[in-house]
Amino acid sequence: MSWTTATIARLFGLGLVGGIVQLTTVSQVAIFGVPADLSPLLVGAIGLLCGSIAGAGFGFGMGLFMDTLLAQTLGLTSLVLLAVGYAAGRLRELRDPAHGLVPVAVGAAATAAAAIGFSVLQFLLGVDAPVSLLLVRQILMTIVLNTLLALPVYLACRRVLAAFLPDDPRRRRRRAYTTGGLSPLSRA
Amino acid sequence: MALRKVLSCPAAVSAAAGGSLLLAAAVFSLELFIGMYDRQVRRRRAVLFALVACCLVLLTAYFGESSGGPLKSVQTGAMEVVAPVQEGANRALKPFRDLFGWFGDTLDAKDERDELEAERDELRQQVARLQLAENENAELRDLVDYGRGSGIDAYQPVTARVYSRSNSSWYSTMEINKGSSDGLSVNQPVINGKGLVGKVKTVSDGNAVVMLLSDSEFGVSALAAEANQPGSIQPVAGSPGDLLLDLVPQAKQVRTGDRVVTAGTVSQRLPSPFPQGLLIGTVKRIEGEGELDRTIHVTPAADMRRLDFVQVLTRPAADLRASTTTPPPP
Repeated sequence: MSWTTATIARLFGLGLVGGIVQLTTVSQVAIFGVPADLSPLLVGAIGLLCGSIAGAGFGFGMGLFMDTLLAQTLGLTSLVLLAVGYAAGRLRELRDPAHGLVPVAVGAAATAAAAIGFSVLQFLLGVDAPVSLLLVRQILMTIVLNTLLALPVYLACRRVLAAFLPDDPRRRRRRAYTTGGLSPLSRA
Repeated sequence: MALRKVLSCPAAVSAAAGGSLLLAAAVFSLELFIGMYDRQVRRRRAVLFALVACCLVLLTAYFGESSGGPLKSVQTGAMEVVAPVQEGANRALKPFRDLFGWFGDTLDAKDERDELEAERDELRQQVARLQLAENENAELRDLVDYGRGSGIDAYQPVTARVYSRSNSSWYSTMEINKGSSDGLSVNQPVINGKGLVGKVKTVSDGNAVVMLLSDSEFGVSALAAEANQPGSIQPVAGSPGDLLLDLVPQAKQVRTGDRVVTAGTVSQRLPSPFPQGLLIGTVKRIEGEGELDRTIHVTPAADMRRLDFVQVLTRPAADLRASTTTPPPP
């Protein structure tokens, strides 16, 4: 992936729009009794598309943005989302999974890691709340809901960043198969 | 440039010195790859370390500073800057939120409706039970008051619960849960809190059948209390809420609204099973103009359709003087 000003601007815009949509709309719509959380999905998708450094950086920025707008403890969400983005990026760098449902699994894992990690950090920071079944249920329902949203979010991120991503080998192969390898785009 | 790099690589130089150029090129490529890989790893780790360090510094600083500290001020400032954007987005995205909210509300409304329906059914049952208990309570209270006010206690009343009714055009009976073992016997008068209900028709060990006032075979000597005119109460077949006061010597003296009570024993040879003064009902209307064709309709004081508890007077002839007082009107 080429790191240009345009790439960074797109990532910045993606994080800004995602964060505002999350705060103004998604967090106010409860499905199954809980709202969805787009932040780990976005961070996971960016990590999967752009790699570990971009994932970690995007996670850090997204977390900082959310902490700022929600007047939360600065650095807390950043730390969690940074780990999520880095892990998603490393998965891409080490394994390069090709299955179409990988974004769904990554989204579910990212949501689980973010939710559990955030809860653990809150407890470590001294929140005196008992671990109730309600909390566990809420985390599980958020994971289920985010799993359903993971693929659309991933596809949207890929569409936004398509111009800056390296050509996907699978797409190249598919195009070569359907056009006989004579795609003008490849030549260009 | 490339040659300088090759020469700076000692393994490649030694390989070249050995005469194997191909091997030298391979070794150089490997060294280059390892160098690039190391650089990538170092860069990745440095970025990760820097970001984690930033987070920890932010966390520590945020916890350490007071409410008016620089970080919190920056946070407040950023919130103020983004607030208009958030507000605009909030308005722009409201239709989507409402749409999803409508789906959610619809699903919730269905669940809520089911819960409320279940609650409503339960409350209905509860209300029905409470109404039943209230009716029973009122009936029992009437019985107690009636017994105290009219001297009925002298007749040793036995309170019984009605558990079965048979109400046809010709036969009006009911079964009660007290029998001969409780001191009941045939022809004993049966009353409730309002007045006379009937008499015991048959009796067994644990229960008894009561013939109601409205039964076609029922008859009782009566007295129009205000006019002091004796007569006989007869049921009207097919009309359980209507009785006839018949065989009245001076029927003209009887007025609508007069109370009709049991006449009690008037003959030593044929003693009446009913003590004197038990309220039977009130004169509802009088038909006919002449003395002989006058028909006096009496409405029973006791509602025959709503009988849950009754009292059987097991010693109706115990003290005739006790029954001289008529009960107060309901």
